[in-house]
Amino acid sequence: MSRRLVLAAALAASFLAPCAAFAQDFAVTNATVATGDGGEPIANGTVLVRGGKVVAAGAGVAVPAGVQTVDGSGKWVTPGLFSAVTDLGLWDVEGVDDSNDTSADKSPFNAALDVVPALNPASEHIGVSREGGVTRASVTPFNAESIFAGQGALVDLGADPAMVVKGRAFQYVELGESGGRLAGGSRVAAHAALRNALREAREAVALQPGAQRQGDVLLTREDALALGRVIDGTQALYVGVERAADIRSVLALRAEFPKLDLVLVGATEGWLVASEIAAAQVPVITNPMHDLPASFEMLAATMSNVGRMKKAGVKVAIGMFAGSDQPRYAPQQAGNLVALGRIQGATGLSWGEALAAITSVPAEISGLGGKAGILAPGAAGDVVLWDGDPLELSSAPVAVWIDGVKQPLGNRQSRLRERYKDLDETYQPKAYAW
Amino acid sequence: MRRWASLAALGAALTMGAHGADAKKKDKREDASGPAPYASTYKPYPGRPTALVGATVYDGRGGRIDNGTVLFEGGRVVGVGAADLAVPSGYDRIDGRGKFVTPGVIDIHSHLGVYPSPSIEALSDGNEMTSPTTPDVWAEHSVWPQDPGFTRALVNGGVTSLQILPGSANLMGGRAVTLKNVASRTVQGMKFPGAPYSLKMACGENPKRVYGGKGQKPSTRMGNFAVNRQAWIDARQYMEGDHAERDLGKDTLEGVLKGEIMVQNHCYRADEMALVLDMAKEFGYKVTAFHHAVEAYKIGDLLRANDVCAAIWADWYGFKMEAYDGIPENAALLAKQGACVVIHSDDENGIQRLNQAAARAQAAGRRIGVDVPDAQVVGWFTYNAAKAMGIGEKTGSLEKGKMADVVLWNGNPLSVYSRPEKVWVDGALMYDAADPKRKPVSDFELGQPGEGDVK
Repeated sequence: MSRRLVLAAALAASFLAPCAAFAQDFAVTNATVATGDGGEPIANGTVLVRGGKVVAAGAGVAVPAGVQTVDGSGKWVTPGLFSAVTDLGLWDVEGVDDSNDTSADKSPFNAALDVVPALNPASEHIGVSREGGVTRASVTPFNAESIFAGQGALVDLGADPAMVVKGRAFQYVELGESGGRLAGGSRVAAHAALRNALREAREAVALQPGAQRQGDVLLTREDALALGRVIDGTQALYVGVERAADIRSVLALRAEFPKLDLVLVGATEGWLVASEIAAAQVPVITNPMHDLPASFEMLAATMSNVGRMKKAGVKVAIGMFAGSDQPRYAPQQAGNLVALGRIQGATGLSWGEALAAITSVPAEISGLGGKAGILAPGAAGDVVLWDGDPLELSSAPVAVWIDGVKQPLGNRQSRLRERYKDLDETYQPKAYAW
Repeated sequence: MRRWASLAALGAALTMGAHGADAKKKDKREDASGPAPYASTYKPYPGRPTALVGATVYDGRGGRIDNGTVLFEGGRVVGVGAADLAVPSGYDRIDGRGKFVTPGVIDIHSHLGVYPSPSIEALSDGNEMTSPTTPDVWAEHSVWPQDPGFTRALVNGGVTSLQILPGSANLMGGRAVTLKNVASRTVQGMKFPGAPYSLKMACGENPKRVYGGKGQKPSTRMGNFAVNRQAWIDARQYMEGDHAERDLGKDTLEGVLKGEIMVQNHCYRADEMALVLDMAKEFGYKVTAFHHAVEAYKIGDLLRANDVCAAIWADWYGFKMEAYDGIPENAALLAKQGACVVIHSDDENGIQRLNQAAARAQAAGRRIGVDVPDAQVVGWFTYNAAKAMGIGEKTGSLEKGKMADVVLWNGNPLSVYSRPEKVWVDGALMYDAADPKRKPVSDFELGQPGEGDVK
């Protein structure tokens, strides 16, 4: 009991503590307010933030004297976007290995890997995503040579060094086709590896101080101890899986390991087993744009997956932003699900549900329900002011606050754009334009 | 179009000169020449005379008609005009009020069929990664017509024509093929009648990485250029020779030098594009379009002066070193310079939303004061693509006499909330959102979970 738990407690205590020193009290008024709760937007509303927290949002909110107001006329206000299961902050150039900390194919460790020390708040992609309205994220490690990718973290995208909101927030395990490949060649092997690992974890956690582990182990001690948090449900287990049958196999794990706090990641064929997922109360994080049989485990892919699962009562978030699938595309993806509402035979989301799928729902699945991704009293003061309907392609944030702190929106891309806005080199080379 | 024709003429003149120098030597290849091999067998499917009435019409060439009328019959556009354009008798009249009409969407950069879904080794036929120059291979010999990606591109993306390219592992990857997006048992049944061939070339990281990794040339950018230049020198020699021994690869390069085959050049960095333009001048060929040109905005003036299109994503960046300087304003800054913009996908998902990518790029421009009108932006994924594929005289715009490749959208195609409602290819209704059976289902998906589902 150990130092690890003490550390966890310390982290819990600092959970979502805003940078109070810079947080300003402010109110956005006269704006179209979408709180992220799944409801439709509220015309002519107000959002009031004090001490880094949302105090009130909606119609008829009084702004106390002395609180700075931002006129939101003609604009929209939403909670900051929550990017679920992303590689943000883990690479500079994805294809340049030296700059990429998403996976480690020569490490002896797997489940023990923890992204926290590698997170880089100065990453260009943090700035680009922040400019796109993304204020929080769950950052995941990626699989290398094991079905276990390691432990992900919850972060905020504030322009400050304090990026980590919660470290070791979840463990990621890959099952299905790629899990089978990683485990030695089959899904059977992947499930054997998973069960063995959880057994070794249980034994490792139960060891008395100073006692030796048994010799016939496959996991390193660190990996086994890391999985100890998964078995007792103190750490969520994110399971990458696509096929309907594979989803059932994951849900069945609960019979052997009742405390597993499961989250399905991917679930492209989730709509085929939506009622079972709903009954198991297991949430889903998915890429909603998959509509091709990209593999034999995604034969039934359709953009109606999210809508059908939601209709069956599954808690579904849009996520899995990695590589060229950038976190700032979340509103476009959500908007596409709204578009399905006018396609015969398709099942999409209402506008409010679509916004929730990129704000409050991923926050809830990440354990931040009511604390982020929503404009509700007591939630973090993550607020985005948009120049139009936030899900529309033509819209963009004009102001972003994180924990009540107004954020800078420039980044390396905006610098390049300014330099090359014209191509005039009559008097000096472009290199002098900075 | 004019410049393309004159280059072709120049190529013909050079060929004649070569023959003249050695008039008695017969060109054995010409003896063997018959109809084009692997010729298109595509025939338009039957359609009905149709009038789209009351919609907002973007003609693909910058024109916009509110409350417009589009008429097509016999596979051809027969009229595009305002509300006063008379609808001939016998036409099916479709109420387009509140809706939008554009030319069929065109993707200049796709790997559908050569890198199909499912993405498995057995079907991965897009890169002949055994030599840095493979101008002898033809993408059409790899295309799997049953790729479900074609059906999604039609239904969700309104794509009616597309160019399938070999991958970018090689400096000269082989010949591309232009297809009509019509389901067929054979690739010949999809081939766009009369479309010119293109040679896929690639500069930068990919070729040097692939071959450098095998310990062979090229392993550097200078190696890339050396291999290319020698290939052009050899091709020129072949072209001026008697063709006694036929060389498939040099046939392709000769076609480029004669201006009969276009060049689609994968190239990210501005400085490299400038070098490629000089290589083209050195050997007397023309680069039609730079693909993935994420740094094109740095040389919009140069691209305009050389009449080269930039085929780009809206805002992909950062995934590799040569993509590090990609910015969302790329398209808008190019448009500001008067350079040709094409929005491409290079992606089986992106091809379903070229209209949305263009809208993102437009919006990024508007935020820095570069306001490109909607009607011009529609050209980024219709006419400009057609022009850079050499089919701009046949499709890509709604003009009298052109192929009736038409999309009726249920809203503004530059809005995230809009989708194709009906898609016609050569006047034949190939997709109708209101008719669950009027959409293609590939052999691969028959009998599978999700067969015929909305996708």
